[in-house]
Amino acid sequence: MKMLRLLSGVVLATTLFMSGCKPKDSEIKANIETALKADAMMAGTTVEVTDGVATISGECKDAECKAHCEKTAAGVKGVKSVINNCNVASVPVMEPTNTPPPASVNTVLDDATQQKVKDGLKDIKGVTVQFEADMAVVSGEVNKADRMKIMQMLASAKVKSDVSKLMDKK
Amino acid sequence: MALQEKYASLLQSANTMGITDLSVAEKDNVLHVSGTAKSSADYDALWALYDKIDPNMASGDLLMNIDVKAEAGAKLKVTTDSTNLNIRSTPSTNGTIVGKAAHDEIVTLVEKTDDSWWKIKTKDGEEGYAYAQYLSPEEA
Repeated sequence: MKMLRLLSGVVLATTLFMSGCKPKDSEIKANIETALKADAMMAGTTVEVTDGVATISGECKDAECKAHCEKTAAGVKGVKSVINNCNVASVPVMEPTNTPPPASVNTVLDDATQQKVKDGLKDIKGVTVQFEADMAVVSGEVNKADRMKIMQMLASAKVKSDVSKLMDKK
Repeated sequence: MALQEKYASLLQSANTMGITDLSVAEKDNVLHVSGTAKSSADYDALWALYDKIDPNMASGDLLMNIDVKAEAGAKLKVTTDSTNLNIRSTPSTNGTIVGKAAHDEIVTLVEKTDDSWWKIKTKDGEEGYAYAQYLSPEEA
């Protein structure tokens, strides 16, 4: 029994000694930073290491970059786990240009706004609407009263109008 | 400034009528005018003026978001052409129809949910959202 107790004491001491030999947090941090900086797409990130747990933060251009950051950090010696707090840069909102690509998808109007306009046009017969850039392009044939209603409805929904294809009913 | 000159007589009328919270701003070649009219008659007059200055309102250079003053509890007239006005569970045509208000029926305003949808109550106690375009505040 004495022997066993001694042995376990040795094991414990060894474990403690070995853990003391592990790379320090500051060294791990430096190594991760070097690895991350090696790739330009990960250059916008920073890392902090506490007790072998690496926390990455900063900006990544896409999800692939974010995953790559995590993999890179996890591969560095001494890293127990990685907390990935990288932000993926949001996709810039498409600005309307002078040469618009095909219609319908090319609008900056949100779904709720488009729905409001469609709701308003629902009861006006013979009229269709398409959304281009920040405008509702209304086409069809209407009488004067309906034309007025359409314009009032678009103004309430705060949507600009293109009524060049909206004809007067004969 | 060019658009403010084009619509000068309209802006002048809006001032004379006493449109409250009148805001006029020119942005990207569109004149944005907003405010609250005292009555549906004033509202109609402004729109008639718009149509006169810019025939058929075809230029798309004026966004006139004028509201008609109506507090909760105000009486609203249903101004559909002839059909019933749907009253819905949510402020969208996706909402289920919970009631109908007849053409020319008078309903009560509960709240102005947004510029396009108002919550109303009929005399039978049906309550829900209706498209504001078809509701015209009655003179108090």
